[in-house]
Amino acid sequence: MELSRRETLALGLGAAVMALVPFRANAAADDTISAFTGGAEMADGGVTLTAPEIAENGNTVPIEVSAPGAVSILIVAAGNPEPGVATFNFGPLAAEQAASTRIRLAGTQDVIAVAKMADGSFAKTSATVKVTIGGCGG
Amino acid sequence: MISRRDFLQVSMAASALYGASGFGNWARLAAQQSLTQDQLLEFETFGNISLIHITDIHAQLKPIFFREPEVNLGIGDARGQMPHVTGAAFRKAYGIEDGSPSAYALTYNDFSALAQTYGRVGGLDRVSTVINAIRADRPDALLLDGGDTWHGSYTCYQTAGQDMVNVMNALKPDAMTFHWEFTLGSERVNEIVENLPFASLGQNIFDAEWDEPAELFKPYKFFERGGAKVAVIGQAFPYMPIANPSWMFPEYSFGIRDENMQAMVDEVRDAGADVVVVLSHNGFDVDKKMAGRVQGIDVILSGHTHDALPEPVLVGKTHIIASGSNGKFVSRVDLDVRDGQLMGLKHKLIPIFSDVIAPDPVITALIDEQRAPYETALSEVIGKTDSLLYRRGNFNGTWDDLICDALLSEREADIAMSPGVRWGPSILPGQDITREDIWNVTSMTYPNAYRTEMTGEFIHVILEDVGDNLFNPDPYYQQGGDMVRVGGLGYRIDVTKPQGQRISDMTLLKTGEAIDPAKTYVVAGWASVNEGTEGPPIWDVVENHIRNQGTVTVAPNTSVEVIGA
Repeated sequence: MELSRRETLALGLGAAVMALVPFRANAAADDTISAFTGGAEMADGGVTLTAPEIAENGNTVPIEVSAPGAVSILIVAAGNPEPGVATFNFGPLAAEQAASTRIRLAGTQDVIAVAKMADGSFAKTSATVKVTIGGCGG
Repeated sequence: MISRRDFLQVSMAASALYGASGFGNWARLAAQQSLTQDQLLEFETFGNISLIHITDIHAQLKPIFFREPEVNLGIGDARGQMPHVTGAAFRKAYGIEDGSPSAYALTYNDFSALAQTYGRVGGLDRVSTVINAIRADRPDALLLDGGDTWHGSYTCYQTAGQDMVNVMNALKPDAMTFHWEFTLGSERVNEIVENLPFASLGQNIFDAEWDEPAELFKPYKFFERGGAKVAVIGQAFPYMPIANPSWMFPEYSFGIRDENMQAMVDEVRDAGADVVVVLSHNGFDVDKKMAGRVQGIDVILSGHTHDALPEPVLVGKTHIIASGSNGKFVSRVDLDVRDGQLMGLKHKLIPIFSDVIAPDPVITALIDEQRAPYETALSEVIGKTDSLLYRRGNFNGTWDDLICDALLSEREADIAMSPGVRWGPSILPGQDITREDIWNVTSMTYPNAYRTEMTGEFIHVILEDVGDNLFNPDPYYQQGGDMVRVGGLGYRIDVTKPQGQRISDMTLLKTGEAIDPAKTYVVAGWASVNEGTEGPPIWDVVENHIRNQGTVTVAPNTSVEVIGA
């Protein structure tokens, strides 16, 4: 076996020197939510967001939202440079007020779902999704 | 939160509530001069159902030495709670005498000396004897394998898991779940699983493209036992594509998916399950959290974090059983299930003392048959050790210190990194080191020892990232390994701080200078999850190093200063 210093080897633990420190919710995220709610209060219950605790691939993170009785649901990735992800609108004939999609996350951050209910009230929930280098599971 | 002192009482109360457990046997065994197979197996058959749990064998077919950790910190609510109690505190919690067989099996102190007295542990031919004895009491006992079975040895690597499949099939398991198995690559895993004569379970094994349950792996299986319907739900390791190379099994997605776990528990209850057992590779703290969030699980057979506990830990009405690793223990769990309800539970963690438990000759022959083609390579002596070589510990183990030394010298690097895995047997001072011993702590399907340049800043990012996988106060964000081991580098870690603030005072040991974030360092490591990583396999690097040394000595590692433990 030859082990020379000059061997050029592929980068080991991940070329992605993306910031792994949690991305903070930025003003743009607050603005996106305010634009959706018109600044109204948001209740804690009534909307469910299912997201992985740790993303298997930050480029395509599967999420699911559900808010029975909602007319629309806003998804915000609070730490992305462009936090607005999607708004799902449900017509009166929708069998259930739920949707799933995949989103791209720039790093560890909160994903926020805000639901607008038929009576004009709002509900909010969030989940922290961690984006990690990985590699050391025992 | 329960304090360490209260723990014993809680266990006793749980026992009183749910029936007797193995508690008490331990102290009594300790008082006796010698240990017999009958004592180890002694168990008054209870209730109407028996479960046999073995997990994280890591392809250890033969008896080995295995030192339990000295440092195993619990963070947040887990601080000072089982299984984050070691050494004297652990013995005190369970009433185990110093120097007793139980002390040897379950704690790290005086390991080299006690190993001389009590000998090796494990060996699947001994495990077979224990299984046969339990089946003699209860012929339809369920044997459940928690996974990490087809990984971790020379022969397992050479046969792509076939040696373990052959031997485990002979033990006739009823169900299994998975982790390292997937690092054989999805094609090989699929091939094996399609032909297994028992259930392959994982409610959290999904098709990555459609985010729907994978067809090959069922979420659960029903068993009719003792006039009751037993539902066994599988839970594979949640963070496979993150902790291990996702490119090896791109079709699969995992995750904890506790909402789906709840749906499965509800589904089996609706279908008439009298008792719900989860065969889990979550890791202990994740199982504890899951038990508090998912309602209706009676028993979690816990794997992944390699903890061995002589008592179940109770969360609400869920009993969590931890059965160790490397073939060192088998848990027997007897259940009294009546009227659609768990009325009582009796448990014993059986240490597999290989000199006490007679091997099952049928399985011995089968193991020998798997090893025969490789015997010459396996048994070649590479060197000798003056030091105890072990792996377990949150920050370092002497095996990894030696591996980091090998990387530094053989790969001419400033800094070495070795993954914080928890598998790998121990070697006693004075013992020869064979090729098999080296493979037992390095064998994997992505072994390339890379050599690269990293800035001081990036090295810090890596340590912070891995530190958060271990010390995030929320178990759902932990991956269950230990801290990445480093050579040539010293640092301070405050385990109570958030990510980004835990690691400080990084020092390049060879010069004593502080690591400069802007400067570039040569780093050698192995087990990268990145596809296309180049370099010689780590076992060759370690073998060369040991051969050059002749006899290895590992100095005590003082390069990591821990705060907040």
